[in-house]
Amino acid sequence: MLEIRNLHARIAEDGTEIIKGLDLTVNAGEVAAIMGPNGSGKSTLSYILAGREDYEVTQGDILYNGESVLEMDPAERASAGMFLAFQYPMEIPGVATMQFLKVAMNEQRKARGQDELTTPDFIKRVREAAATLNIDMEMLKRPVNVGFSGGEKKRSEILQMKLLEPKLCVLDETDSGLDIDALKIVADGVNALRGPDRAIVVITHYQRLLQYIVPDTVHILSRGQIVKTGDKELAAQLEAQGYAGVIEQAA
Amino acid sequence: MNLQAQAPLTGAETALIDLFAQRCNDLPGNAGAVSARDKAVAALKANRLPTRKVEAWHYTDLRRLLSSVPAWRADAPAKPVDPILPGARRFALVNGALAETPAVDGLQFDAMADSLRADVGGVTLEAPAEADDAVGAINTAFVSDGLRLSVADDAEIAAPVEIQSVHAGGQVHTRSQVTVGAGARALFVDRHTGTDDAVLASNVTELTVRKGADVTWIIVQEQGAQASHLASLGLTLEEDARATVFIANLSGRLVRQEVHAAATGERAELAFRAVNMIGGDAHCDVTLELDHLVPHTTSTETVRNVVTARGQGVFQGQIRVAQPAQKTDAQMACNTLLLSDHGGFSTKPELEIFADDVVCAHGATVAEIDHDHLFYLMARGVSEKTARGLLIKAFVAEIVEELKDEALVDALEARIDAWLEAHG
Repeated sequence: MLEIRNLHARIAEDGTEIIKGLDLTVNAGEVAAIMGPNGSGKSTLSYILAGREDYEVTQGDILYNGESVLEMDPAERASAGMFLAFQYPMEIPGVATMQFLKVAMNEQRKARGQDELTTPDFIKRVREAAATLNIDMEMLKRPVNVGFSGGEKKRSEILQMKLLEPKLCVLDETDSGLDIDALKIVADGVNALRGPDRAIVVITHYQRLLQYIVPDTVHILSRGQIVKTGDKELAAQLEAQGYAGVIEQAA
Repeated sequence: MNLQAQAPLTGAETALIDLFAQRCNDLPGNAGAVSARDKAVAALKANRLPTRKVEAWHYTDLRRLLSSVPAWRADAPAKPVDPILPGARRFALVNGALAETPAVDGLQFDAMADSLRADVGGVTLEAPAEADDAVGAINTAFVSDGLRLSVADDAEIAAPVEIQSVHAGGQVHTRSQVTVGAGARALFVDRHTGTDDAVLASNVTELTVRKGADVTWIIVQEQGAQASHLASLGLTLEEDARATVFIANLSGRLVRQEVHAAATGERAELAFRAVNMIGGDAHCDVTLELDHLVPHTTSTETVRNVVTARGQGVFQGQIRVAQPAQKTDAQMACNTLLLSDHGGFSTKPELEIFADDVVCAHGATVAEIDHDHLFYLMARGVSEKTARGLLIKAFVAEIVEELKDEALVDALEARIDAWLEAHG
């Protein structure tokens, strides 16, 4: 489903190279964890997948279902089924969350040649998805992420993911800022989306989240490259030995 | 002898002077009005239209911008349009003549033309006192009619009242006088709408809000793309009076909307809001002068501007706090989304404070669309055009939604949506 080939990328503004020859393959039905120390390029990778303009790909390619996405803008990638759950979701004053959800769902449907949702159908879907994530409908009347607590922001990201039904989900540090109860709710939300047609990439610093979202594969990112790949035992090994030990062994 | 050679008259100035010669015998008014009109035209001739050398017109060089003046059209076909609010009572001025006057409980009205002819209610036309009052001069010279309206003391006018000026191009000069009686409440929509034919429109409105009255005054300016629209709203707030003045400039080629407001009674409150949607080749100027004359009055001024294409916008906001006006609270902000390299916006805030115990502030920002916000929306599959539209709308909707009245918010947002659709 996702194939990253020898990717090199830098910050557009100052040319600093962050991703330095990264290879990664994630298949449909797979949950892949990408773990790495601070500064290894985890968030950068997630932004590049989503198509953020602040980064420039200088070499290599990103294939989604066999097709390069490098020429696609973020909206086109999202409509094609890619989704990034942000580490720091942006606050957008003046845009009500419900309105945003409706526009996003309908724009994606339009791009795929589907009819727009009727208002009752839309509200029913939101209500159902919100209930499973313990999200109060009152919260969704507020502007997007404005005044949301850290946990509310993360749950709102997962709500969007449920409603938009992407094929490739990228979760960037979704566990950060969550207490254990919120973490369980979020993890349950993600696990409910696991399926043979869907791939999930969990980017995380700590192994904690992986106790709840158990990965099929674990990849260690260091200095802009995947330096080691394994199964969930690799995450446990990291927990025991720390990044320095495992990365040293790999090198 | 005047040693300084005066610039020759521009085409527009000549056209105005000729038009006056042609029209003056047909314009309504008694001897006093005739004399006022003559003085106004003489002043125009002597001073010319203001240029950027005149301080009040520094950012709107009227002499340069008013490049032509259309002929007067007696028989232009125009008819009133539906009010922006459902259930509104409509007073219509068609081609500058009062044409429709519904009966509304608690409202009394006269035609301005009748008042000018007969000295009714002490209405006198006076040439503007200030040399830089070009809007007043043009309007005094050419005003043909308008509405005089008074709301009875303690009346609650349940239905919104729309004062609609509609025309089919040419020359449209109206003057209105509205008094909201003590303790009364009313919502007015002051709407200026026309076709895409060239027009020179002027309007002078005097709004007096008596003791304890509460008025919402919404100016909806949606002239055609070739329109020159020169307007002035005078506002007097007596003791405990509250006014919300909301200006929506949605079109027009050359727009100058002045507001001259005075808080003359203690505890008077003014909320001044303006949304200026400026696209194409439009030049849109909102100029506010506000006097806090007595203690304990408050005002807030928020102006939100969206500039696209070659649009040029201006906001001049002058707040004067007189020496006796202790405990004045005035907060002014002007925020602009500048969406084009070829557009521009000039802001000139001025605070003149002679009292020592006041809270006054002003701020101005000019920004582009926030790229992080745009990325976030697009990352959810919202196309760039729609995402930009959502963000622009959010920027102006913040002050539209302050109006609370749901029908009013919907009506204004629908117009902003239409503008975004056309200019996005």
